[in-house]
Amino acid sequence: MSPQENQTVPGADPGCQQCGQGGQQADSDGQKAKGARVSFSRRRFLGGAVAGGISVAAFGTAAAAMAPTPASSAGSDDGAKHQWAMVIDLRYCNGCKQCTTACEHFHYLHQEQTWIRVFEMQSSSGGKYFMPRPCMMCENPPCVPACPVSANFRTTEGLTLVDQSRCVGTRICMNSCPYQARYFNWDAPVPAPRQFVQQEPAWPVPQVQGTVGKCIFCAAKLPSGMLPECVANCPMGAIYLADMVSDTATNGMGATVKLSKFLADNNAVRFKESYGTSPRVFYILGDGQDVDSDAGVVS
Amino acid sequence: MSTATRTRGDVGVDQIQGVREAALRPVLETPRWFWPTVGLLAAVVAAGVGAWLVQIHLGLASAGYNDQAFWAIYEADLVTFIGVSYGGAVVSAILRLTHTPWRAPLTRIAEATALVTLPLGMMLVVPHLGRPWLIWEFLWPPYWNLSSPILWDFFAVSTYLITTAVFFYLPLIADLAIGAKILERRGTKRWLAVLWRFAAGRYDSGTRHRRILDGSINLVGIMVIPMAVSVHSVLSFAFASSSRPGYSETIFPVYFVVAALYSGVALVIVFTAAARRLFHLQGFITGDHIVRLGLVMLPLGATYLYLTFTEYLVDGYSNTLGSAAWVRQVIMGRYWPEFWFYVVGAGLFPILVMAYRRTRKASWILAASVVVLVAMWVKRLVIVIPAATEPLVNSPLSASGALSSAWGTYHFSWVSIVVTVAFAAAIPLLLLILFKFVPVLAIAEMEEMAASQDSHSAQPIPPPGRSVQVDSGSGLVQRGGAGDA
Repeated sequence: MSPQENQTVPGADPGCQQCGQGGQQADSDGQKAKGARVSFSRRRFLGGAVAGGISVAAFGTAAAAMAPTPASSAGSDDGAKHQWAMVIDLRYCNGCKQCTTACEHFHYLHQEQTWIRVFEMQSSSGGKYFMPRPCMMCENPPCVPACPVSANFRTTEGLTLVDQSRCVGTRICMNSCPYQARYFNWDAPVPAPRQFVQQEPAWPVPQVQGTVGKCIFCAAKLPSGMLPECVANCPMGAIYLADMVSDTATNGMGATVKLSKFLADNNAVRFKESYGTSPRVFYILGDGQDVDSDAGVVS
Repeated sequence: MSTATRTRGDVGVDQIQGVREAALRPVLETPRWFWPTVGLLAAVVAAGVGAWLVQIHLGLASAGYNDQAFWAIYEADLVTFIGVSYGGAVVSAILRLTHTPWRAPLTRIAEATALVTLPLGMMLVVPHLGRPWLIWEFLWPPYWNLSSPILWDFFAVSTYLITTAVFFYLPLIADLAIGAKILERRGTKRWLAVLWRFAAGRYDSGTRHRRILDGSINLVGIMVIPMAVSVHSVLSFAFASSSRPGYSETIFPVYFVVAALYSGVALVIVFTAAARRLFHLQGFITGDHIVRLGLVMLPLGATYLYLTFTEYLVDGYSNTLGSAAWVRQVIMGRYWPEFWFYVVGAGLFPILVMAYRRTRKASWILAASVVVLVAMWVKRLVIVIPAATEPLVNSPLSASGALSSAWGTYHFSWVSIVVTVAFAAAIPLLLLILFKFVPVLAIAEMEEMAASQDSHSAQPIPPPGRSVQVDSGSGLVQRGGAGDA
């Protein structure tokens, strides 16, 4: 347990609550930085398609359902106390992988179960940089509609979690995740000491053989005002836990910033924007850095 | 087949007396090879069950899986097994609806193949799942997530299974009625006669019953075809509905359906040839039947080769990072031996076999069908594995990137191979057992064909560009090169 762990999370202080307005602000500011986005919900699309098949009159409905919707209406986020997000400042990441180690230690994971994985990248100028990749906590997560038994779900606070007591292990969520952020328990999980609380989606310890696990932003720590393991253990302070409701972001070094301004000032981007998943992990890039390989050009 | 052939049947009148005898022979007689073969196949299946129990205990890692090869051999097996069940639909339903007379001796074997392979394909979900004991969740509506392609698969395949079972049962009714009568007359296997009598209901071959039955068979036959198309389309959605390069292909539904029909006909050829030899049906199923099935298989194989070509060309040419990397990996990277094995084995080989008169024989077509089955399984591996193992975070083609994230690898393990072989062994095992209980030939249908052949004296119409002699005894067209094996 590091001392930073007791850091209060953004938004935990009632004094800086700015109600829903702050979240809206952050969102629109984020959009400015990222450019227009299209939120295209699969559930809506399917709903529309079925309706269209049933009657010709429903054609309009189907067309409406397929139309882009404003991002602010994504999910049932209205009224939640927090909307969790993450900011990763790639300018400061030195590739030490302490985030990965801390996460695996905390959740009793195998070494290859890198819920937050640090990718080694090459910048356009030939230099090396690092890109930590947690779960993107998409506003429109492709893994949730894919699961046949509804074991994936999205909380009102914007966290996508896995109910391992229900997961059958079809692994179609691993197929649908464009970020390669899901990890299966292919063999016996790392044994964990007897836990005081029951294994649940927000505290999936120990892991269950034959089910899928993934980064959960340390969902069990957030309500008690603690930072996720990766945030608390980053010696460079490169990872921030953000709350879009209070419009704040805090890193493990104790720095707290205004989220919307921080993102806008630093031209934050999101990973694979074109996939329409609306990730809630924002990356701040240094010179020649790029998170999205799709943007790269083969010369 | 065109309506030209409708005027004649390929079942010789003089042979029709032997139909009942031949169809019931596997039921009434147990040849010496029977029990050793059944025992051997059962041992292989038992070994598969053992391997699966080991897998349950150790986890899916023991089957060679890892986070980058999250789908691999069992998914390819599943697609293959559900695919080969299509042979029954084609040979039986399509040839029935087009009134193709030479189908008659083949329909039972084709339908039985479908009936056996489809449940096996469904059962392949069991080794595929991480926690198969929770499979009941698929049946529990409160847990259903109707937006999941896997749930669509489950509904589509279950519906298709019921239809396949009905389509097997309906033509059987008339035969069971005939069979029960024969058994009662002979006084052998009384229990089976009772069972058959029960299964046949109160059917008698009077015209009214026959008419109702024919109507029902046609109706279900019509239903089977779109249902078969839907099943493999939906199966392909599990892959195609993701954003993964190599899976996210609009061509997939068509691609999967054609592949299924292709490998399905190949399996029917193999089992038709096997049944012909093992159950001494040479008088009813001739080399010409195999050649005609080969002709059915030929355009399917050519279409599949064409679809493969278009898919890889377009994806490779577009140079979209993920797709281009995947195409390169498949056709000239790590998976080139498997891919080109498919191209040669299931793409070109059957076409060449059918192209030359010297090789257009039952023996060659049988060999080609076996190669097609293996090569199409390999092709399914090539569809499933490379796309699953492609790194998504930075593309290996990118000038900037790809230092730490490499392609994943699937390692075949003894567990997954034993389970796969066990499923393959289960097909002949179940067919051997099935034909201990039902007539191997569609007696009523063949007799009907023979009767209709009697009433028509029309000259058979030769296939274009062929010298044709008609063997008046068997009524079979003896074409150059289409010899017996």
